[in-house]
Amino acid sequence: SHLDLSEKYLEVFYECSLCLQKIQEDLNKQLLENLVGFLSRSHSDFQEKTTEWTCRMKFREIPTAALVLGVNVTDHDLTFRGLSGILQDNITPYVALLEAKDCPGIKNLMQKLMGQLMKCDIDVDSLEDEDCVQVSQNRIRCSMSSLISWYESVKKKTDSETPSKKRNSSSRHWQSPPVVVIFKDMESFTTKVLQDFIVISSQHIHELPLVLIFGIATSPMIIHRLLPHSVSSLLCIELFQSLSCKEHLSTIIDKLLLTSQFPFKVGEKVLQVLINIFLYHDFSVQNFIKGFQLCIVEHFYSQPLSVLCCQLVDTKKRACSLSHDQCENIRKLQVLSWLKRLKEETVKLLEDLHVYHENYVLILRCLHVFTSSLPKYPLGKQIRELHCACLENRVWETEEYESSLQLARMLNKTDLVTMLQQCVEILMSSSGKEFDKTSEKLKEFLTQFQNLEDMSVLSQKELQKKTDLYHLQKTLLELKESRRSKKLTKFEMLRFEVVDYIDSLVRKYLIPADDRTLHEVVYFNTASVLREHLNAAPRTALHTALNNPHWYLKNQALKCDGGGISNKAPDICIAYKLHLECGRLINLVDWLEAFSTVVMAAEEPNADAASSDQVDDTIHARFIRAISELELLGFIKPSKQKTDHVARLTWGGC
Amino acid sequence: SQHFSNLRQHFSFPSIFIYGHTSSGKTYVMQTLLSTLQLPHVFVNCVEYFTSRLLLEEILIKLQSCSGTEQTSPVRCDSLNDFVRLFKQAVASQELQDQTLYIVLDRAEQLREMEANILPAFLRLQELTDTNVTVVLLSEIVWELFRPNTGCFEPFTIYFPDYSIGHLQKILTQNHPPEYSADFYAAYINILLGVFYMVCRDLKELRHLAALNFAKYCEPVVRGEANERDTRKLWKNIEPHLKKAMQTVYLREISSSQWERLQHDGGEPGQLKGLSAHTHVELPYYSKFLLIAAYLASYNPVRTDKRFFLKHHGKIRKTNFMKKHEKTSNHLLGPKPFPLDRLLAILYSIVDERVAPTANIFSQITSLVTLQLLSMVGQNDQLDGPRYKCTVSLDFIRAVAR
Repeated sequence: SHLDLSEKYLEVFYECSLCLQKIQEDLNKQLLENLVGFLSRSHSDFQEKTTEWTCRMKFREIPTAALVLGVNVTDHDLTFRGLSGILQDNITPYVALLEAKDCPGIKNLMQKLMGQLMKCDIDVDSLEDEDCVQVSQNRIRCSMSSLISWYESVKKKTDSETPSKKRNSSSRHWQSPPVVVIFKDMESFTTKVLQDFIVISSQHIHELPLVLIFGIATSPMIIHRLLPHSVSSLLCIELFQSLSCKEHLSTIIDKLLLTSQFPFKVGEKVLQVLINIFLYHDFSVQNFIKGFQLCIVEHFYSQPLSVLCCQLVDTKKRACSLSHDQCENIRKLQVLSWLKRLKEETVKLLEDLHVYHENYVLILRCLHVFTSSLPKYPLGKQIRELHCACLENRVWETEEYESSLQLARMLNKTDLVTMLQQCVEILMSSSGKEFDKTSEKLKEFLTQFQNLEDMSVLSQKELQKKTDLYHLQKTLLELKESRRSKKLTKFEMLRFEVVDYIDSLVRKYLIPADDRTLHEVVYFNTASVLREHLNAAPRTALHTALNNPHWYLKNQALKCDGGGISNKAPDICIAYKLHLECGRLINLVDWLEAFSTVVMAAEEPNADAASSDQVDDTIHARFIRAISELELLGFIKPSKQKTDHVARLTWGGC
Repeated sequence: SQHFSNLRQHFSFPSIFIYGHTSSGKTYVMQTLLSTLQLPHVFVNCVEYFTSRLLLEEILIKLQSCSGTEQTSPVRCDSLNDFVRLFKQAVASQELQDQTLYIVLDRAEQLREMEANILPAFLRLQELTDTNVTVVLLSEIVWELFRPNTGCFEPFTIYFPDYSIGHLQKILTQNHPPEYSADFYAAYINILLGVFYMVCRDLKELRHLAALNFAKYCEPVVRGEANERDTRKLWKNIEPHLKKAMQTVYLREISSSQWERLQHDGGEPGQLKGLSAHTHVELPYYSKFLLIAAYLASYNPVRTDKRFFLKHHGKIRKTNFMKKHEKTSNHLLGPKPFPLDRLLAILYSIVDERVAPTANIFSQITSLVTLQLLSMVGQNDQLDGPRYKCTVSLDFIRAVAR
């Protein structure tokens, strides 16, 4: 059944990955379109009107796109891959991606650049003329002039090829396609390399239509920091900014979690771990996705009931093929009386769970419409915060929810009406019939608001109509009276009604998933496993291993009670424990003495040998080995301050 | 120009050193001179040919095409010794013996970066090859900065002075657009120089700026609001525009194409934010604290750590608390390096909740180094207690801490 399981797991995994891929593609669409526009503009101006006076007088700068991508460097790879793909499809086959670690000097940069460009030339060409391009890299002179002659030759070749069969592929590019050089991590390049490259290429911009793209993680100020004015004046820099990674995350959560498309769900704690790693540590959307994928793997690996985690249509089939053991598992979770009914009952429960989730998402979105516009956002501004709050426990029992309702009762009419309209839209978007009544009710509220408005207009008109002083005074007095007695106006009454209705919806539909039967099938909730995998603490782990070897080795003999040092522990553990008691400088002789005492403690019978001053050679050797292992691990280092002493490098519990 | 003797078969001075500020016409004069007098020459830019091998090979390749033969074949030249031999061969085969051959090395300051023998050898190439050759070095810096310790042949030095404002005016006016008269353009150049001469004397840049803004200058004339003589009106129109250009397009805050588009659409330059306007950097929660901790570690002396970051730090002796040298602002002295342990200790004390020393925290330090917000001091072993410096400014850290 393992194979069976892996198949099922793959199905879910594949679906999610497909969806993610689509999201990623759509996300940077706008940015990439802008960039492509810039690139196609960049050199065409010069090609079209070279004769004009301004063009002759103007210094020909190198078109440069400063691409600000944010500090989530791990995500950049994907963006650049997408970018170079799009460029190669739409603009030019000649795209080179340079990384700072490959380019410590201008020579390496040129080598890398030419290698990439000339290779992409081979890709474009058919295989037959491979031999003429196969010049070994060492023999090509890595200079701009050889790059130019290469460019001229490929240009000539494509020109002559255009009428032939290759028309389709090359007609997407223009007559003389630009050469795009992408600097992936601008911050890490050295000033000298960049300056030299820009100065050289600016001298040949007429022969080689170069376009630069600077990948910037911090801020575009870095350009001014890296390049002096004499060099930056050779560039025509335009700024492009990608979507912020937080927005990116919101889209992914929206499309991946707040949907009933996928059978697999994550619980509150797990989601919190993933979000915390994102916000606290790396801002990396890629890592978030990897974490999510890990959740899927863990769920199918560790939860026996995950066989039932599938699309709704397959549930019945899966439930029927449940083995006896699996049924037992379900029975353990749920008090279900007899075996025959169990399978049917399970199917029913799973269907309920699915419906519950569908409804949950819709009402969550409605609630978010309200909470996201309250002052100070007591339930969070983002829908992910609200989602976590609702998953965690009954949201209507929390203080934040209470204060949200308080604030909602003070909303003004226009806001309230637009919110209700939004809610109606959300509810109408669902395919199910569950919310037909609800949306009817909301629409009813809306018409009531409309009526109120009409009435107030009417009353104002009436007020204006009654020109005689007596009547006017009377009505004004009435108005005043009604305010003083704190009698609620019709609007206020209606507002209360609306808020109460929303509250009832929340209580009905936003029940935490943990309260539902069989939630274990689709919800992954073991956050500790995830934390262990994703937020590793090497120092703590090392300390635990050395201080308490039983934790990892599971050997009963090592189980120490109350901080004592067992002589059965590995040598390095003994040495480590002894060194914890020392100060900054450790006397090696004392340490050896203590070590030998601990080790010898077991061999009490032949104590005569131990009584002699001389330490046993074997023990000495073992000690030396333990010490050098500790040095390798970075706990101690040799010190020059005192002879026969080593310096301790770590402090505290870990 | 009398140095370039008309008697071509005479041996000329072995090496000439020409220096002067950026765009004072060194390269242009040399090129025009050599081509109008039809002197055999090789012109090489040393920045472009960044290693000695590339440079020597390039000279030999160019030499092949010197006397008109188009066919060039790849040359292999690994050392200066080879170069001298191949050079002699090339001169003989190209039949250039009977006149002086000129080798011009532009951006010659780059030669100092190459092997130590390259510069002295070029200076006395005539003697080494025993041919009639003169090497001309063009540079922006003075000869004194070239002279090797071991001494060398002293070249003949020529200084190209900067263009005065009058010169610039004359040169720029020469290229007036065909649709407008020279006088009209000269008036424009006058205004342009009035604004830009204080900050920029680079001829190339000035010409670029002149071309960029000329359309705006002509606007009133095109619309018929003023005639070409109406200098005052034209000045009123263009002067604020040029001042804006100085703050934006001249500094490359916005690109020249964006500037032109703005001009074309008649928009205000204020709409477009320059590069410097985007200073905000969004960082993950712990990265922010790490950066702040690093900043504190870099600018606070170690002695004060106890006072600032411990709850029970004991009494502070008020007298002589500040040592004399510490009275100068630490910000003037720049950031000081600090060990990793100190950074983490400060981090633990400035973050409210408990921070576990996870791998993610350590990798964030590395990320900050790659982002150039921190820099590693001394490339020593990671195990040996790495030391860092914080490289961001006070303004930046204020924005982060907010």
